[in-house]
Amino acid sequence: MGRIFLLGDDIDTDQLAPGQYMRGGIEAIAAHCLEATRPDFATAVRAGDILVAGKNFGAGSSREQAAEALRHLGLSAVVALSFAGIFYRNAVNLGLPVLVAPSIDGIAEGDAAEIDLSRGTLTLKDKARTVALEPMPENLRAIIADGGLVPHLKRRLARETAP
Amino acid sequence: MSATLAEKIIARAAGRASVHPGEVVTAAVDLAMIHDSGGPRRVEPILKDLGVGLWDSERVVLISDHFVPGDTEEGAAILQLTRAWAREKGVRFHDGEGICHVVLPESGQLRPGQFVVGGDSHSPTGGAFGAFMFGIGATEMAGVLATGEIWVKVPETILIEWQGQLGAGVMAKDIVLALCGRLGMDGGRYQAIEYTGAAIAALGMQERMTLANMAAELGGQVGLIAPDATTAAFLRSVGATVPDLSDLRTDADAQVAEHHRFDASSLPPQVAAPHSPANAMDVDAAGPTRVDIAYIGACTGAKYTDLAAAASLLRGRRLAPDVELLVAPSSKRDQDRAAEEGIMAVFEEMGAKILPNACGICAGYGTHRLDAGVTCISSTARNFRGRMGDKESMVWLGSPLTVAASALRGRITDPREVL
Ligand code: SF4
Repeated sequence: MGRIFLLGDDIDTDQLAPGQYMRGGIEAIAAHCLEATRPDFATAVRAGDILVAGKNFGAGSSREQAAEALRHLGLSAVVALSFAGIFYRNAVNLGLPVLVAPSIDGIAEGDAAEIDLSRGTLTLKDKARTVALEPMPENLRAIIADGGLVPHLKRRLARETAP
Repeated sequence: MSATLAEKIIARAAGRASVHPGEVVTAAVDLAMIHDSGGPRRVEPILKDLGVGLWDSERVVLISDHFVPGDTEEGAAILQLTRAWAREKGVRFHDGEGICHVVLPESGQLRPGQFVVGGDSHSPTGGAFGAFMFGIGATEMAGVLATGEIWVKVPETILIEWQGQLGAGVMAKDIVLALCGRLGMDGGRYQAIEYTGAAIAALGMQERMTLANMAAELGGQVGLIAPDATTAAFLRSVGATVPDLSDLRTDADAQVAEHHRFDASSLPPQVAAPHSPANAMDVDAAGPTRVDIAYIGACTGAKYTDLAAAASLLRGRRLAPDVELLVAPSSKRDQDRAAEEGIMAVFEEMGAKILPNACGICAGYGTHRLDAGVTCISSTARNFRGRMGDKESMVWLGSPLTVAASALRGRITDPREVL
């Protein structure tokens, strides 16, 4: 269970992982995540919170740190009307759930909410309302469940070499 | 059932009869290309962590280009590591032969219909040959090298049709810059861009490569061109077998997301102002812009065809005073051919500096990085702030012909004035 942080369209990777902190490692990048858009974001966000955004989330450069910063801050998922392709790839491979919502109408900042990855739903607790999302395909959920591509491959390779 | 070229290639690689846009499938990779920058030094630690070797060394192509010639301590160390890894793993290794996107097809290993990944953002270049080739980061590349597989979300197809014929003095680079200006850098939406139409069919392979290469600037996952007789002739010229090409095309009744139509005949040469390819405009809109450096280089703009075009305009003429012309041929093979045909002599005789067959200043490396306040007209693909040197340098993008014309006049010049 977490709270909703609501953002607009075209949140790009430079807002998520600001260029000037790229050399500082993921701690520094995460501490400045979204600061140009929401100066309080990195300090206000708690483990389990959910980011809800409009179109084209994660646009811009291919830097993996954009998704890594969100995961580092403990977000349980990003829900958006659409995602930039490379960001979507990076998010899955870093173990950050990303779900497409047909509509984000009626979802408000601060709403208490919960994501069900296997059913592909976002439940707004106080509003007793469930928003249907496009479920993530099972093969991608398996990567997320293992915590990202590298741990996923480790498990898989261990299985394959097991006697 | 009708399908797009992208869907046909992915379906085959995924072992499926058909696939649909939006579906996520796991595909078997036919070929994986890596270079010295994003390759061994980044993937090996992950492979070590996974505790595995390569899934198939025969399908891994390593090309050194970013740090060649290794004239810094860091570059030399990276090249050493790269070479040692190549020996240890027994992969196909092209060392110092040129830029990966140009060397790969020249090596005869890239073929129509293949599903290919590259550890570089301009990997869509392979789409010129009708291969579904896209760029991935080091983590995903390590996954491919370990397993030979990757997941892919089947893209929609954006058809970009150019009818008519390009006029004299206008090149593929002008087509793709015009697209960057009109569709923007997100216009491709990470979907499959496919170039079609009479103007595209008339282009040689290296001109097609320029279009496919800059599908990256258009935001496409791939930039495809259906293979044809021109493709087949190129494959034979590099000793590759020509596969059955008959079905490697988008069916006429296949569902596409967008279909843009443009007229090549009325397209003037284009330039893109600093600091984005999306700042493209007709060359005469650039106004009187003085240039200090004219750069013919990169995978995008210094292939044999690019060198030949530039030389055709420069032959027998003189550089404008205070303009420096830098030429970094994309590959050794292309440079050798250009030398045999007297093209390199044209550059040399007019005092151009010939740089190594490598990424060089396009990747921000080497001794010719641009200084603050310098204005450069460049045949490369991107002009983001600071990419080719100091943050206060200004880079304009243009075709090799426009770069050559500008070198003669000392200001950004429409090559048609000089033809
Ligand atoms: S020449 Fe430039 S665009 Fe091409 S691979 Fe090298 S750095 Fe990238």
